[in-house]
Amino acid sequence: MNNHNILLDIQNLSVEFRTDDGVVKAVNGMSLQIERGKTLGLVGETGAGKTTTALSILRLIPDPPGVITDGSITLDGEDILAAGKHQLEKMRGSLVSMIFQDPMTSLDPVLPVGEQIAEVYILHERISRQEAEKRAGEMLELVGIPALRGRDYPHQFSGGMKQRVVIAMALACNPKLLIADEPTTALDVTIQAQVLKLMKELKSKYDMSMLMITHDLGIVAEVCDEVSVMYAGRVVEHGTLEDIYEHTAHPYTEGLFHSIPNIDARARRLIPIPGLMPDPTDLPPGCPFAPRCSYAVEECGKALPASISLSDTHSVACILRQKEE
Amino acid sequence: MAEEHPILEVRNLKKYFKTPKGMLHAVDDVSFCIQRGKTLGIVGESGCGKSTTGRSILRLIEPTSGEVLFEGRDILRLSKDEMRRMRQKMQIIFQDPYSSLNPRMTISDIIAEPLRLHRLCSSSADCEKRVQRIMETVGLAERLVNSYPHELDGGRRQRVGIARALVLQPSFIVCDEPVSALDVSIQAQILNLMQDLQEQLHLTYIFITHNLSVVNHLADEIAVMYLGQVVEKAPAIELFEHPQHPYTKALLSAIPVPSLKKRTEMQPLTGEISSPINPPQTCRFAPRCPYACDRCTEGVPALRHLGGEHYVACCLCQQ
Repeated sequence: MNNHNILLDIQNLSVEFRTDDGVVKAVNGMSLQIERGKTLGLVGETGAGKTTTALSILRLIPDPPGVITDGSITLDGEDILAAGKHQLEKMRGSLVSMIFQDPMTSLDPVLPVGEQIAEVYILHERISRQEAEKRAGEMLELVGIPALRGRDYPHQFSGGMKQRVVIAMALACNPKLLIADEPTTALDVTIQAQVLKLMKELKSKYDMSMLMITHDLGIVAEVCDEVSVMYAGRVVEHGTLEDIYEHTAHPYTEGLFHSIPNIDARARRLIPIPGLMPDPTDLPPGCPFAPRCSYAVEECGKALPASISLSDTHSVACILRQKEE
Repeated sequence: MAEEHPILEVRNLKKYFKTPKGMLHAVDDVSFCIQRGKTLGIVGESGCGKSTTGRSILRLIEPTSGEVLFEGRDILRLSKDEMRRMRQKMQIIFQDPYSSLNPRMTISDIIAEPLRLHRLCSSSADCEKRVQRIMETVGLAERLVNSYPHELDGGRRQRVGIARALVLQPSFIVCDEPVSALDVSIQAQILNLMQDLQEQLHLTYIFITHNLSVVNHLADEIAVMYLGQVVEKAPAIELFEHPQHPYTKALLSAIPVPSLKKRTEMQPLTGEISSPINPPQTCRFAPRCPYACDRCTEGVPALRHLGGEHYVACCLCQQ
């Protein structure tokens, strides 16, 4: 892989939240890379550290209590963790932007949506308000909303429409990386299908990279090129769609596939993953998935399994795979 | 099966809400019946009236008109007292395990409350014993009896909700999106639990959900709702294999499939659900329907028999 081709490079990132009840280790030595023009799906359950990772890229971790304790994040050649306040402000919105899960809470309820989009242009491109509002109208048209509706307030839009507004705002300054944090979880399936289609189209139109955070392996299959599966703050398996779906290697990924109700396989009884995600204030030594893993052996509890590569594109952090080698 | 009386029969159920802008038709002429021990899945998107239907059946909301026959008796005519006694047999599990449990009560108090309300315990020891037994049934550890809801995770909280519904030994349970607030791995645990309980206790479920793949695993029969009306009703396998109504087809194709085989380009429905306030007397799906023609605006299509147990309300599917 050519280094120049990599837009986002996260190495060994660790983030913890220091609370009165103890230190919550949200992200523990996670690494991922996104190539230019590609979409990476970041999959995992609640508490896996997906959103914390995304917020670290934007340096939006609330501090205190959140602290980035280790690792590096390089975005388009710039060291994010060393960037100053001014540089970060310039970068957010123009180099990288983010779409949040809940469109109802990520818009300002007392400003017309057109003005909210225009704000992005005024801040980043220093153009006149009039010019900015014209371009905001063009952005709205692009996501399928008549420019005239820019005068309306967020509560006058449905959930799907609001998410379109948020997308328009995120893409206003043509960012190189778009982070989408569960962008369709709050939407109905038919509306979800519309929004996903729109995002796919815009992604190729603007030649962006995308980090798609989701818990839905169906959405990943629909929009992503590569997948990283996260568990307890680490990437446990990474590969192309084919690697993950056809040659599943990590027991946790396998567990996820077995527990999804599948529309094509009716009679099959679901096989849930027993137990719960480990408490992030008190992670077990060794592999964090071992207590729930049906293949676990004694060694799993001893040391954190290193990530090993199964092929050029496929890597997994599981001691059992190491043995097979 | 045909000779057996259905445990629940709903006839022409309507629930309208008065709003400043006019009458909101939340549930508009819905009819169905369920045999004992079976599961009916009610599927639809937000605003289609599926939860209102579930709640109207238990009279948690008073329906505007219609009949709800439970074991042959029309429960809409029961007095308040009679209805309370009837609810021993009819229970509900709510969607959000975070807001459906009283945060100031312990787990054992929450589960014992229905027993106390119905005065079913001879002594507090008896009550304790029953609570323990039901906690074991739903897989809650005994050490949790004195915990409060905030100390439990979502999956366990939903187990408490299930225990509370089961403690009265009901024969019929409305499950209103019981797993949609849970993570997939936990969701599978709860779905399996509900299936096991149904077999052990011979329960009848109405399973309300927006997620077609979830009911695929549980339901014997599925009713698809759109804007307050049932647009298609069929045995689960039949519905998945031969969907007839354009809305059912669109719903099925909009589900992202977690597999690389069978990749088909998504053809999302255009537009959004229209307003349920004073809806026109036409097919309510017509404005979004890719096949809509003049006939679709000539009146509300009735639910018609297609053969077998398959019913559909679409003027194009009836030739």
